[in-house]
Amino acid sequence: MSQVLFFDSTLRDGSHAVGHQLSLANIKNYCSQIDSVGLHTVIVGHGNGLGASSLQVGIAAVTDMEMLKAARKELKRTKLGVFLIPGFGTIKDDIQPAIDYGADLFCVANHCTEADVTKQHIEFLTKKNKEAYGVLMMYHMAPKERLLQEALKMQSYGAKGVILMDSAGASTPDMVSETVSYLAANIEIKLGFHAHNNLGLAISNSLVALQQGALIIDGTLRGFGAGAGNCQLEVLVGLLLKMGIASELELYRLMDVSENVVAKIMKKPQEITSLSLISGMAGVFSGFAEHVRKAAERFKVDPRDIFMELGRRKMVAGQEDFIVDVAMYLASRKGSEKESYDIESLL
Amino acid sequence: MNRIKVGIVGTGNIGTDLLFKVQRSEVLECGIFAGRNPDSEGIRKAQELGVSTSVDSIKAIQDNPKCCDIVFDATSASVHQQNAPILKKLNKYVIDLTPSKIGKMCVPAINMRECLKVSNINLITCGGQATIPIIAAIMKVHPDTEYIELVSSISSKSAGLGTRMNIDEFTQTTRDAIEKFTGVKKAKAIIVLNPAEPPVLMHNTIYAKIKKPQLSKLKKAINAMAGLIQKYVPGYKITLGPVAENGRVTTMVEVIGRGDYLPRYSGNLDIITCAAVNMAEAYAREKLLGKMGKRL
Repeated sequence: MSQVLFFDSTLRDGSHAVGHQLSLANIKNYCSQIDSVGLHTVIVGHGNGLGASSLQVGIAAVTDMEMLKAARKELKRTKLGVFLIPGFGTIKDDIQPAIDYGADLFCVANHCTEADVTKQHIEFLTKKNKEAYGVLMMYHMAPKERLLQEALKMQSYGAKGVILMDSAGASTPDMVSETVSYLAANIEIKLGFHAHNNLGLAISNSLVALQQGALIIDGTLRGFGAGAGNCQLEVLVGLLLKMGIASELELYRLMDVSENVVAKIMKKPQEITSLSLISGMAGVFSGFAEHVRKAAERFKVDPRDIFMELGRRKMVAGQEDFIVDVAMYLASRKGSEKESYDIESLL
Repeated sequence: MNRIKVGIVGTGNIGTDLLFKVQRSEVLECGIFAGRNPDSEGIRKAQELGVSTSVDSIKAIQDNPKCCDIVFDATSASVHQQNAPILKKLNKYVIDLTPSKIGKMCVPAINMRECLKVSNINLITCGGQATIPIIAAIMKVHPDTEYIELVSSISSKSAGLGTRMNIDEFTQTTRDAIEKFTGVKKAKAIIVLNPAEPPVLMHNTIYAKIKKPQLSKLKKAINAMAGLIQKYVPGYKITLGPVAENGRVTTMVEVIGRGDYLPRYSGNLDIITCAAVNMAEAYAREKLLGKMGKRL
């Protein structure tokens, strides 16, 4: 297990759970406590990545570069990581400044079928001798053969690894097992897995991924993250220890940071609400939850119906504007035809 | 009626769609359809239509400058870098559909007249064509708008290699054009590709940060502008708004293509080819009137 890299997305994915309102004090405090735990990288910045602070997905309390500056001071042993989705952030406006602020590691993400839009960015980073990883978001929406094609593209651009992101928490253990074993056997670079807990499987799916050849686990302390939250790293590490698998992470230290720092940042415990469950079933991006709740209130429709309709329309991460569109559509339809949540559309 | 001759350089999807639109025009005719790939579907279609074709690309126009007065460049930004000085020397009116940023930025609904006076115009990006006029209308009602944000989602199938390899240029060019055309202090452009089947229509959401929005005035201005655009982009439609909450005004625009050569979902490509042909027709009409004037 010693070659497995642990990516810590607590500050990045957790940002979704607090409406992108993490403070510099939160970031500084967290980074200073987590630095010596043995993580490969701590990823910092807006929940949707650098340059994503927007009316579309949420304006962050502080700028990405302020966050990086605060984190950089505290991280001595752990790499400072960032996340970026091309289409939101750019090389000129975000990647180059992040390099200037001392970022060591870059996750360049896109929808799982669109890897070629990451070419510009991964190649740029490789040229600059930065550690770059490709991320295939919403991986549940594409068959494994297609995922392999996309992963191979990222490999050819110079990525050090490819991370499958179960952005909607829509994976069953079988899906994880089949996809991860297939990809791990067919790419030369490291394969990673980033789980969400909508179906209560974030830890279990991460374990399955490890058993099938994943060499990167991306999770968060206390599961702090979008929707139902992520793979709770300290629990996974505890589970691995119990199974007799040693990792380089110090369990007690992880627990301490989880209790003493992360619990205090969180506005509420990370739980699987009905809305998160529906989001996992519908296969809709976990980060939509807050926006859906607000739109449902405003247009007086059932938020579960919004999720199901978004799933039917195959919306991808970043399409938060369609939430209002769908809510209005459902509200206008409600007048003529009284319809409740329809499970059939799932089958 | 007399027609003005156009040349189309680049026989891919955009070039071929332009050809179909030129064929329908009352004032334009295609003098040369030139690319590099002899096996391209575009060349085959053009031959079926009885249009002169060439695989010598720009050289076909250099060798026979009389074949056209107007040139559409539907190649790529780097190829247009080379084509632009050649076409300038030949004294052609150039309508550039690549993201080269060489010519004057053109949105027909806003600056058509100025763009007829220069020799090279550039059509920015699809997101820019679809939203800059609406943003300009918003800014006219509310010069106090603090911030504009555009989210363009397009189907994966209609995002060609050019868009994909230059996604940074797409967002930056669109943002710069929004700021330049509308005078808003700060703008941001976001692009999202959606691979759903059947392909999704081109969809644009415009957010405007306005403290006290006057919605009825905004609605009137936005609808009037949409009417202007519909004259050259028939599938252009405001699908939502303007609606306001917490100082955020949201307007959504959908573009359904005409389905000339490109499928109807690729409204993002149609809006560019429609704008290009619209400019060519305006140029041609001026030229035809000028000729008549001389004769009188």
